[in-house]
Amino acid sequence: MWLFLVRRLVNYLVLIVVATTCAYLLAASALSPRVNYENQSPRPSEAAVDARLDELNLNDKTPLAERWMVWAGDVVTGDFGKTVTGSSVNDQMEIRVLVSLRLIVAGTVLGATAGVAIGAYAAVKQYGLFDQLSTGAAFTVLAVPAVVVAITLQVIAIWLNGAAGQTLLVFNGEATPSLDAGFFGTVWDRLKHMFLPTVALALGQFAVFSRYQRNMMLDVLGSDFVRTARAKGLTRRAALLKHALRTALIPTVTYFTFTFGVMMAGTTFTEKVYNWKGMGSWLIDSIATNDVHAVAAVSCFMAVCVMAAAFLSDLLYAWLDPRVRVG
Amino acid sequence: MTETITANGAGGPEAAETGAPVLEIEDLHVTFPGRGKEPDVKAVRGVGYSVRRGEILGIVGESGSGKSVSSMAAMGLLPDNARVTGSIRLHGEELLGLDDKAMSAKRGSRIAMVFQDPLSGLTPVYTVGDQIIEAVRVHNPKMGKERAAERAVELLDLVGIPNPAQRAKAFPHEFSGGMRQRVMIAIAIANDPDVIICDEPTTALDVTIQAQILEVLKTAQRETGAAIVMITHDLGVVAGLVDRVLVMYAGRPVEVGAVDDVYYRTRMPYTMGLLGSVPRLDTEEHAPLVPIEGNPPSLSALPPGCPFAPRCPIATDECRAEEPELLEVGGGHGDGHTAACIRAPEIEREGWTAADVYPVPAIGEAPAARTRRADRETVLQVDGLVKHHPLMKGAVFKRRVGTVYAVDGVSFDIAEGETLGLVGESGCGKSSTLMEILSLERPQSGTVDLLGRRSGTMSARERFAVRRDVQVVFQDPMSSLDPRMLVFDVVAEPLRTHGYPKDKLRARVNELLDLVGLDPAHAGRYPQEFSGGQRQRIGIARALALEPRLLILDEPVSALDVSIQAGVINLLEELKVRLGLSYLFVAHDLSVVRHIADRVAVMYLGRIVEIGEVGRIFGSPAHPYTQALLSAIPVPDPEKERARTHIVLEGDLPSPANPPSGCRFRPRCPKFAGLSEAERVPCIEVSPDLEPTGEDDHTAACHYAQGRTVV
Repeated sequence: MWLFLVRRLVNYLVLIVVATTCAYLLAASALSPRVNYENQSPRPSEAAVDARLDELNLNDKTPLAERWMVWAGDVVTGDFGKTVTGSSVNDQMEIRVLVSLRLIVAGTVLGATAGVAIGAYAAVKQYGLFDQLSTGAAFTVLAVPAVVVAITLQVIAIWLNGAAGQTLLVFNGEATPSLDAGFFGTVWDRLKHMFLPTVALALGQFAVFSRYQRNMMLDVLGSDFVRTARAKGLTRRAALLKHALRTALIPTVTYFTFTFGVMMAGTTFTEKVYNWKGMGSWLIDSIATNDVHAVAAVSCFMAVCVMAAAFLSDLLYAWLDPRVRVG
Repeated sequence: MTETITANGAGGPEAAETGAPVLEIEDLHVTFPGRGKEPDVKAVRGVGYSVRRGEILGIVGESGSGKSVSSMAAMGLLPDNARVTGSIRLHGEELLGLDDKAMSAKRGSRIAMVFQDPLSGLTPVYTVGDQIIEAVRVHNPKMGKERAAERAVELLDLVGIPNPAQRAKAFPHEFSGGMRQRVMIAIAIANDPDVIICDEPTTALDVTIQAQILEVLKTAQRETGAAIVMITHDLGVVAGLVDRVLVMYAGRPVEVGAVDDVYYRTRMPYTMGLLGSVPRLDTEEHAPLVPIEGNPPSLSALPPGCPFAPRCPIATDECRAEEPELLEVGGGHGDGHTAACIRAPEIEREGWTAADVYPVPAIGEAPAARTRRADRETVLQVDGLVKHHPLMKGAVFKRRVGTVYAVDGVSFDIAEGETLGLVGESGCGKSSTLMEILSLERPQSGTVDLLGRRSGTMSARERFAVRRDVQVVFQDPMSSLDPRMLVFDVVAEPLRTHGYPKDKLRARVNELLDLVGLDPAHAGRYPQEFSGGQRQRIGIARALALEPRLLILDEPVSALDVSIQAGVINLLEELKVRLGLSYLFVAHDLSVVRHIADRVAVMYLGRIVEIGEVGRIFGSPAHPYTQALLSAIPVPDPEKERARTHIVLEGDLPSPANPPSGCRFRPRCPKFAGLSEAERVPCIEVSPDLEPTGEDDHTAACHYAQGRTVV
């Protein structure tokens, strides 16, 4: 069992390296930091630009392989290089990673749990009102792009705030700037800021998970072992929770990894729309400013996140299905 | 409509024990509302019975007769949309209408159930021990975990699981089907229930395992003293086990009584038909079976009058007017024998039996049978056939870690116009042998000669030609016909493939459908519009299209109800006579094989252990495995069945990846167990070959082969 997990972990590390390298190579060949200098006025001399770019390891006159070697050598020591403006990528990351993780973790946990719970309950009440409502909601969210969901929530918030005559919901930034309200006040302020973007992310997760979980649950509802559990004397509720849901969760857990990738993309839009200074918005900004190292760093972060999700789903799988541990 | 059995069973003294009935069901009706505009399905229409402590009641019927639905109603496990009316009383307390919580308290503690399919009946993610502990603790929440675990081990021991303490920690997938059914029984008896409902508990199991499970059930009954309701379609199982029988047809009991009365003094034509359509293991004369014509009625559109009237050979206009009541019939030994037939008094007076009521089809004798076997052409000759599957491990670098000896040196031959029955438990290599023969490829070792041509040496053209002469009929008629093809196309496909003239195609298909007893006018329908038996006939028509000489039949009747099965068996026999076919008939049901086969080969773990004339194999089997196999089959004759002693084999079929040394049957062999140390040596060291037993060409692979009568 432990050997199995260690093997998976090594696998994931290799994948992260491959993904990050690919992202770097793609960014370094597609983005051109030189343009940033050429557009300045007065236009600096080519020698000056070359010197500056060499300093940042971004000169497109240096062979790509050579640049990659230098960059990779730094990354191994934990240094993701410098941004186009010369500041440290690491410094930026330190702030932004926490911002993004807050959103991702909260959104995933909320979305997945709600999705599983609602999907499973809808299956039990198949064709009932709850099932029809949740199905309708899930398909609506699935059919609408993440950006539109995020903006729609903002519109609703504006309307609510207007109707209430006070700011119930905040939808701009991570915190009120220069707020002085003590520890609890700050936490409350941050939670208020978090609410809408988290819901925006969680909605997408809920939609996917509820559909999937509903189908899985329907498959096991009529199965013989649930009937056996009831024949033993378990109430319907207990049999469904302990036997049906437990078994139906196993395939969902594997599915978790796949939806996580989609959610990372959703984070990018959500951060942009809600004006959060996270990794996702940084990625878009960096592409616009030809910031090769920042793009590579964000890609690395996303790869690590996806792999962490995959590892988590391995752990969950092993916990849910003890047969893996025995075999 | 209401009928409650109040009389005692005719069985042992236990059954005669006086006292109030434990479970009483009265005038039970179950209706499933049709979805949308579809009509309601009246699954159960007025069932009533009662069982006492220690009594065993058998409920017999074909699929769709409502026997399972009525017991699920007693357990309160029907889906919410089912409309249930009537009365179900446990110790006099009404169960119908109890809410889930109150019913859950009864379920598993006072009334327990064993289901049909043990493979899917246990939750895959919990250990077997935990699932039994759960059953114990749900009704005794105060019992400590350790005490419950001890109880689980005791129960596993009681139902005959070896190393119970260790096996309790195993997961269901580590158990065989028979072992899982034992676990299910352990769960059912965990709280000493008063009633155990067994819904086809042995149907999914092999005969030797069935014998084991029936023994376990008897033990369970002894331990708990519970009343047992045994639901089954197998008239043999019922004969030896139960005190009383209730025969169901179209959701209603049609004949009820003590087992001897129902079997020997049958008063309802349907029961007669059921008993007459079962191929018998214990009769030597080769009379055709008595099939019941037609199909059971749809429960959503029942005809007026007796639901059996459309299939009944002695039905009158009066039968079609009104549904008959279940009325007392006399002449029996035990009282309380009732039948729902208005002609029952007449049947009783005239003393009619199945043979008098049902027209017995006449089947001639095959022309080939008049020639001596040695003088006939050999259609199929298999010599030393081997099929081993490698067992691989590893994801990227596969390495061989073992071998599955699926078929390990099998030899037999089939003469023209002959039927060879290939029998054995699941996993013995029957199907692998078939597939190897059908592949027409060079075997890993040994040879296969089909109509004089050797597999693996034929050119593509020759192979194509041989395919015409060798056709196959599969087990499951539900899945072996393409649901998107018309019956006409299904039957015409082999003809088209082999370039049959287009202008004669329709005439040929009509001829074939007529030959297998289907209406050619139905050629324009899809397979799903036909019943199981009819679909199997379509499969046979397809196989016969190219006028083959050898037909390979892979369990062709095992998925069919007995009354339908009889018709298909008769058809196969008739076709053999009319078309001079040879059959390789693979089956696990030895009664069917006795009826249809001329010669029988018994397989065990990839080898043939005994082969010979059908009369010889069934009359005086020489191999201990054949003896056990035959002995394990219950005979639908209560007196005979009660007098028989079954040889119950220990354990399961060993894994073909790891067969025992020497004789493969040794670990389960009752004969081996009785040998002295010195006598055992050859069994352990030398794998026995098929040796003649001295009579005809009967051979058995046993060092101590000795003929013995077991049926």
